[in-house]
Amino acid sequence: MQTRLDITRRKGAGDKPYVLSVSFVTEDENATVATALTAINADPTRRDISGQPFEPISWECSCLQKRCGACAMVINGRPMLACDARLKELSKNGTVTVEPLKKFPVVADLTVDREPMFAALNELKLWLESEGAVKAQNTALAFEASRCLQCGCCLEICPNFYAGGKFFGTAAAVPTARVIAAAKDASEAARGYKKHFYNGCGKSLACRNICPAGIDIDALLVNSNAAAVWKRHFGKAR
Amino acid sequence: MGRVNIIGAGLAGLSAALRLAEKGIPCRLISLQRSERAQSVLAEGGINAALDTMGEGDSIRLHYEDTVRGGCELADPNAVDRLTREAPETVKRLFALGAPLEQSEKGLTLRSFGGQKKKRTAFAKSSTGKVLMTALIDEVRKHEASGLVKRYPHHELIRLTVSGGSCTGVLIRDCRTGLCAELSGSVILCSGGLNGLFPGRTTGTTQNTGDAAAALFSQGVQFANLEMIQYHPTTIAIPGKRCLISEAARGEGGRLWIMTKEDKPWYFMEEKYPELGNLMPRDVVSREMFLVRRQDNTVEEVYLDMTGLSPEVWRDRLSDLRDEIIRFTGDDPSYTPITVHEGIHYFMGGVYVDEHHRSSLPGLYAAGECACQYHGANRLGGNSMLGAVVGGRTAAETAAGEYSPAEDSEPVFKAIEGEPLAAPARDAFSESLAEILSGGLGIIRNEQELDKAIAAAGKLKAVNAREKGRLALGLAMLMSAKERRESRGAHYREDYPDRDEGLRRTTVAEYSGSVNILFKDIPERRAQDADKT
Repeated sequence: MQTRLDITRRKGAGDKPYVLSVSFVTEDENATVATALTAINADPTRRDISGQPFEPISWECSCLQKRCGACAMVINGRPMLACDARLKELSKNGTVTVEPLKKFPVVADLTVDREPMFAALNELKLWLESEGAVKAQNTALAFEASRCLQCGCCLEICPNFYAGGKFFGTAAAVPTARVIAAAKDASEAARGYKKHFYNGCGKSLACRNICPAGIDIDALLVNSNAAAVWKRHFGKAR
Repeated sequence: MGRVNIIGAGLAGLSAALRLAEKGIPCRLISLQRSERAQSVLAEGGINAALDTMGEGDSIRLHYEDTVRGGCELADPNAVDRLTREAPETVKRLFALGAPLEQSEKGLTLRSFGGQKKKRTAFAKSSTGKVLMTALIDEVRKHEASGLVKRYPHHELIRLTVSGGSCTGVLIRDCRTGLCAELSGSVILCSGGLNGLFPGRTTGTTQNTGDAAAALFSQGVQFANLEMIQYHPTTIAIPGKRCLISEAARGEGGRLWIMTKEDKPWYFMEEKYPELGNLMPRDVVSREMFLVRRQDNTVEEVYLDMTGLSPEVWRDRLSDLRDEIIRFTGDDPSYTPITVHEGIHYFMGGVYVDEHHRSSLPGLYAAGECACQYHGANRLGGNSMLGAVVGGRTAAETAAGEYSPAEDSEPVFKAIEGEPLAAPARDAFSESLAEILSGGLGIIRNEQELDKAIAAAGKLKAVNAREKGRLALGLAMLMSAKERRESRGAHYREDYPDRDEGLRRTTVAEYSGSVNILFKDIPERRAQDADKT
C-alpha cells in the first residue's frame, strides 16, 4: 500500500507554513498516520516526493492505542488521533492530508501548545472541595466523564471555542461533569459550567461524534444542564 | 532545597506530589507530556486491596502472602507488608476522590485476578488506570492552584546534580525550546518502565524511553532485579506496539486453549493447574503458552476464548475491552476466540530502593515501575497501580522527612554549550539493541544465548550519551540474567530449571565505566509486623 502524505509543516510558531509531500509504502493493512510518521522519522535517508531530504517531523504521541490523546491532529480536514487514522480508510486517490490542530498555537510542525486547555481546567477549579465517593447512581456518568483524553478534537471542531477565550468548550465540560457527579456540593462546578460552557455554547453540537474516545457527550451535557441551569438534583434528569 | 523535583507525572508521580503538597512541601512535577498521556492511563484491570467486600474472608495477610509468593520470595517483605497493609485505605481514598469504581450496596465490587485466591481487585470496567488518573489529576490541580505543585509538562531529565556524594538537584531541558535549567532540591524518579529498550515490542507507551533511568544508571545509581521482565500472556500486535488484553478477560471467565492435531481445543492451563487454571501468575501462564506452542501435538497459536461470557459481563464490566478488540482485530470477542501472544508488559526491576524508597544515592528516591520495589520476580495483576500509588506516597514521606526548606528560586532556562546533551538515540541503534536484548531475554533463557547477546551488545557502537546510557542498562539486564543461574518467576533458565535458595537475593547492577553485578541480601521480615497480620 502506497500513500502520499501532504503534511503541513512549519519550523516554529512565527514561520510560514508549507506542505511537505512524502510517499509512504507499507505492507501493513492497518497502518495509521502515526505508523507513517514514526517510520518516516526513523528513516535517516528520508526524502520527499521530489527527492529532497528533510528534517524529522515534530509531532506528539504516546500510547498508540487511542487512550492518551497525545497525537490529535487534523487529518483530511477532520480532527482525530493519528494512531486511529488508518491510511487504508482515509486515503483519497492515494493521498491523506495531515495538519496540526488549528485552535492552538503551533510549536513546530504538528506539535501544538495545548496548555490553554489545561489552564481552563485550573480556572474552573476543577477538583473536589471535600472528599466523598461517587454515589452508585452516578457511577456510569462519572465513568464516562473520567474518560476524557484532553486531546482537543472537540475544541478544534467547535465554532465557539478559541484558545484563551472565556468559553472553554467540551474538553472542559466533560471533566466538569465528573466533578458535578462526584461532589457533595457541586454548586461551584455548576457555576463554572454555566459561565464557561453553557452561556457560550452556540448549541451547534459540532462536538458530537468527534470524540476519539466515543464519550457520550449528550448524556453528560444533559445532566450538567440539569444541575447547573435547571437546578435539578444531579442524576435525576436522565 | 526549595522544591522536591518529581520526574514523571503518572500515578506514582501524582501520588508523590499529592503527599508532598498535603505536608505543605512544594514540588515540581516534571514530565515529557501531561499526565493524561502517561502510561498509567493504559492500566486496565484494577487495583488490589484486601477489602473483603465479597464475603470470601480475604485479609491483609493473604494479600501479603499472595504477593510474596507471586514474586517468588524475591520482594522485600517489609515493603510488601506496608503495601498490603496500606492497600485498603489507599483504594478507599481513591474512591473518595471521585474515581467511579464499580460498587454495590456491600461496598466496592472486587474481581478475580491472576495468582490470587480471593477476589481482591477493585475496578472500573477495563479502564481503571484512566479513572484513577483522572481523579488524582484533579486532586493535584487543587495544589497547583495553591502554588505548592508546579508543573513542567514538556520537560525531560538530562542528569542529576551530584555533590558530596548526594543528589542535590537535577538538570532538565525544555523539549520545545531546547533550553536547560539546573534545579536544586531532592529528586523522586517516577519515570515508569524501561520500554524504550524494546521499542515496538511492549504494551507501554513511546514516552517511556528509559532515558531518565539510563542517565541515572550512567551516573552510578544502583539498579536491581533487571532480569525480571514480565511477559503478559494476552497481548495482540497492533501498529507500532503490542496491545494488552486485560487479565480481567480471564478474571471474568475467559479461557485459554490451543488446537491439538486431533482438532480439539486443549484447555492446557485448566488441565495443568486445576486450582487457579487460567488465573495462574503471569510468568507461569506465559511460559506455558510458549511451551505448548512448541509441542508436537499442537497447531498454531494460543486462543483467548471469551465466547462464554454473559451479556451482562460484557455490558457492565468489559464493554470498553470489547470495543478495543473489535477495533484492533476486526473480531468480536463475544463470538470469536482471539489469537493472543506473550508480550513484554512490565519491568519488575529498576532503581534499587529500600522499603522507604531511598535509592543508593542520598537525596534520590524512586517509585512506580522505574523502581525495583514490591514485585520481586513476578508482579501480580492489580499490584502495579497499588505499588505506584503507595510507592509514590512513601517516597514523598521519606523525602519530606529529609527535606530542608530553603528559598524557592525561579529556574533560569538557558542554552548549554558543548556536547548535545539531549541528542536522541538513533532508531537504528535502538532497534539493534532491542534485537540483541530480545534474543537474550526471552521467556526461556540460557547461558549460551545470554553470552551471545552480551558479546553482540559489546560490539554495538554508541555515539551519544543517550545511546551509551541505554547500552549500559541493556548490558546490565543481560548480565543480571546471566548471573542468576537459577529459575525464578519471570526469569526461566532452561540450563538451570530449578530454584536455588542460595540465590534468594536481590541482583544489583552498578556502573562505573563498566557494568558490575552483585547480589544483596533481602531484608528479613520484622517479627512485629508479621504478628500484626
